[in-house]
Amino acid sequence: MAFPFAFGKKERAVLLDPLFNNNPIMLQVLGICSALAVTTKLDKSIVMSVSLTMVTGFSSLAISLIRNYIPTNVRIIIQLTIIASLVIVTDQILKAFVPAISKQLSVFVGLIITNCIVMGRAEAYAMQNPPWPSFIDGIGNGVGYSMILIVTGFLRELFGSGKVLGYSVLPLVTEQVAPGKFGWYVPNGMLLMAPGALFLIGLFIWALRVWKPEQVEKE
Amino acid sequence: MWEHYLNIGIKAVFIENLALAFFLGMCSFLAVSKKVETALGLGAAVIFVLFLAVSVSNLIFNFLLREGALAWIHPSMRSVDLGFLSFLAYIGTIAALVQFVEMVLDRFVPTLYAALGIFLPLIAVNCAILGAALFMEQRDYRFGESVVFALGSGVGWALAIAALAAIREKMRYSNVPTALRGLGMAFILTGLMAMGFMAFSGIQL
Repeated sequence: MAFPFAFGKKERAVLLDPLFNNNPIMLQVLGICSALAVTTKLDKSIVMSVSLTMVTGFSSLAISLIRNYIPTNVRIIIQLTIIASLVIVTDQILKAFVPAISKQLSVFVGLIITNCIVMGRAEAYAMQNPPWPSFIDGIGNGVGYSMILIVTGFLRELFGSGKVLGYSVLPLVTEQVAPGKFGWYVPNGMLLMAPGALFLIGLFIWALRVWKPEQVEKE
Repeated sequence: MWEHYLNIGIKAVFIENLALAFFLGMCSFLAVSKKVETALGLGAAVIFVLFLAVSVSNLIFNFLLREGALAWIHPSMRSVDLGFLSFLAYIGTIAALVQFVEMVLDRFVPTLYAALGIFLPLIAVNCAILGAALFMEQRDYRFGESVVFALGSGVGWALAIAALAAIREKMRYSNVPTALRGLGMAFILTGLMAMGFMAFSGIQL
């Protein structure tokens, strides 16, 4: 039997496949709720990404460890309980260490519980596979999600308010850069509002499907 | 007095629409909005479950979880704060309710069960339900307010998904670029609808 924590070709494929070929947001349409709501700023997106990746990884690990003891009829409730406990831990950690961001994320940390990615990986992968690959699969899907989240967060913060991580990059016309001198960038407020996020993700999907035409849905 | 409730209701339906302003329940929102008929079925199921789940969660939060809520057992329990358990309590409530509703419908209203049956399990993990319960807690709604809020949010969500499904049915006759077909277009359409709904912002009764 192979060493259980090996990281060979198979594990690498499990980790990297969700990035482009099987991206949870772009192709499987999972977990979009939070992807849109928290991406108005880059720091929020990063915190959310890390939290979700951790929860997905560890919930897949835990569910996979007990997969042979879960009765099929009540598996959803058991999965939800494991996920909810992990999210409570995450929420408490965020409240303790990054209270400001935790406040801004408001209900969306709690909504990791119903994030379809976590549930979907538990149901589709962790229930049939041993713990170590399940953990990698969870992390891989978390990273696939994080990638979209971070790019969206970056673009929305940069063009919506001219900043990256709170530092001014494109000086705004309302901002005084030197005495008597103002910036040049007129921010696109639309990007900070709900429709902006939807348009951005729509355009991402368009771009990805031009690049990989096999992902277009059949009518 | 009742203006206050009306205000919460209108706000939940139009201004703070769960789907279009907070992106809650987006997964099923995009996946099940290909036909008006199924969209209406899912919408009805969401209204129903949202109403039950948020009202029950409100009672659980106010009488079991919040700081000092356990004082009815014994005065010395006044300092107990179980607020951190709210996620677990809500998701458990929702999952149990969905299961229960499914069984009741199957036994007593089989026609309704046939129409909503396939959607009910989907709803257990619909973020709109848990999201509404968490908003209820965050905004500290009392029981009456949370009932109105739940009904309003449910109606708003159902309205949004029915409208999107209607637009997508008509989109079949349009010439959309191949790579944008399906999901990409659904996102753009939802964006346009969200823009439309932004026109309601600022309405106050």
